[in-house]
Amino acid sequence: MSEAGTLETASTHDLTARTPGARLFSLFGSSFAVGIILPLVTAIAYEGAFRAGLVQGRLLPPPSKILATLWELARSGELLTHVIATLARVLAGFGLGALIGMWLGALTGASRAARRLLDPTLQALRAIPSLAWVPLFILWLGIFESSKVALIAVGVFFPVYLGVMAAIANVDRKIVEVGRAFRLSRLSLVRRVLLPAILPDFIIAIRSGLGLGFMFVVAAEIMGASEGLGYLLVDGQQLGKPAQILAAIIAFAVLGKLGDWLIVIGARPFLSWQDSHSRTQ
Amino acid sequence: MLTLDHLCKTYPNGTQALDHVSLCVNAGEIVALVGGSGCGKTTLLRLICGLEMPSAGAVAIDGETIAAPHPAVGIVFQEPRLLPWLTVAQNIAFGLDHLPKGERDQRVDEALLRVGLSGYGPRWPRELSGGQAQRVAIVRALVANPKALLLDEPFSALDALTRASLQDHLLALWDAHRPTLVLVTHDVEEAVALADRAIVLQPRPGRIFADIPLDLPRPRDRLSPEFAEAKRVVLNALDGSLTQPNPAGGNKATQAAGWW
Ligand SMILES: Nc1ncnc2c1ncn2[C@@H]1O[C@H](COP(=O)(O)OP(=O)(O)O)[C@@H](O)[C@H]1O
Ligand SMILES: [Mg+2]
Repeated sequence: MSEAGTLETASTHDLTARTPGARLFSLFGSSFAVGIILPLVTAIAYEGAFRAGLVQGRLLPPPSKILATLWELARSGELLTHVIATLARVLAGFGLGALIGMWLGALTGASRAARRLLDPTLQALRAIPSLAWVPLFILWLGIFESSKVALIAVGVFFPVYLGVMAAIANVDRKIVEVGRAFRLSRLSLVRRVLLPAILPDFIIAIRSGLGLGFMFVVAAEIMGASEGLGYLLVDGQQLGKPAQILAAIIAFAVLGKLGDWLIVIGARPFLSWQDSHSRTQ
Repeated sequence: MLTLDHLCKTYPNGTQALDHVSLCVNAGEIVALVGGSGCGKTTLLRLICGLEMPSAGAVAIDGETIAAPHPAVGIVFQEPRLLPWLTVAQNIAFGLDHLPKGERDQRVDEALLRVGLSGYGPRWPRELSGGQAQRVAIVRALVANPKALLLDEPFSALDALTRASLQDHLLALWDAHRPTLVLVTHDVEEAVALADRAIVLQPRPGRIFADIPLDLPRPRDRLSPEFAEAKRVVLNALDGSLTQPNPAGGNKATQAAGWW
């Protein structure tokens, strides 16, 4: 009886016209509006101080100067060239690292034997600061694209590997048993139980992988490149153009955020079943 | 008919969970397995549904030996175990992949209606109460029309009021197709309210201690003296099963198990 009593009240709740899109927008809108206050106020204050002659703005140019530089780079088409070069490196390295990380993570997560064989070696390799590989990669692969892509791939590999391995090892055995009780074949067990079960952790692993991909593309481009946002950084430093450095930094921030956002948006339809508290993180 | 023929189960770590358990359950019969914790009730259900293999002996349904999960046997676990990424309707349809979509949807709608959850189809499992989730788990096992349904303490995590209402739901569901039910419970009242027979198990190693027929008329009146008497008999046997290590000792309860 107590069950039946809650039925009507419960069914009206939560089924009110909140489409996922609208909920997303309001969530994004409100947190974005609050989050932007601090940087915006700081920028306006600094701009004001510059205009009033309180600061010189030679080492830290005012926002208007940075935006003008960014605009100039964009208008001349130079920005696009550098963005494309950087993105191509990140995508190649990310694709390579994520793919290998995924497969090795799946292998070690699913098989104890594979974990005992491979994981200690991979953990030892992980303890090496990734930048230490650079001289070796340059010796092996030359100073052009291959060594840069390899460095990025190494950076992306570890978080993806670790995340996928943990996700698979932590799949609830009780849920897998439901699949067995319903006589799923091995393939459908993977498709209908294992993959959906690891998806949330997999998305997190991919996101941290992409983040590291952007971190390592900067390192790779700073060490020698004729184009790319990292090149803009070095160029700005050598020619004493702080506005250009800051413009490149802003471009990096926007690209990184955009990539992360694309993953989140792409995964959202598959994760709508999760508790709402994890949506806001 | 469900037959257990001298089932033994020793786990790889050496625990002897079941020792020569033999039992016949007629088609459509409701049997309650009662026994203290650790006497092998869960193990027995897992052997019957083919999730675990016996060390010796065999399980058969209508003469067909069960060596792996079998379409004729459904199971409801102690926890609902709904897949959180599927809606309630998709969870119920989980074992109906072989059916055309039209028939699948129809069966799901009927099932939801019968457990008083119509309209809950598009919800996520996390939006259900414990009792609602367990009802969904029961119909998920039942929509495939198994010949036998096994339930492992399905209501033990629920409050008394919800439990009584779910027991009624279960009887109503059973009445539609009359599958064989094997219900594990530690609640003597639940056993007497639902079952045609109570099998009392004894621990270390798990064996049948008593087989008590419960032929009270249905629907059962929980307040009637007959109900109270039946409860007393089962409770007595349960006490005996826990205090008396040797089943050959020959007290009143073991005489009830004399066929064995
Ligand atoms: N997977 C397992 N491995 C080893 N021992 C087990 C396993 N499952 C259950 N047991 C042991 O078998 C005995 C019976 O357990 P179980 O069937 O769960 O009893 P019940 O459901 O009646 O409480 C217990 O002693 C328990 O410790
Ligand atoms: Mg148990």
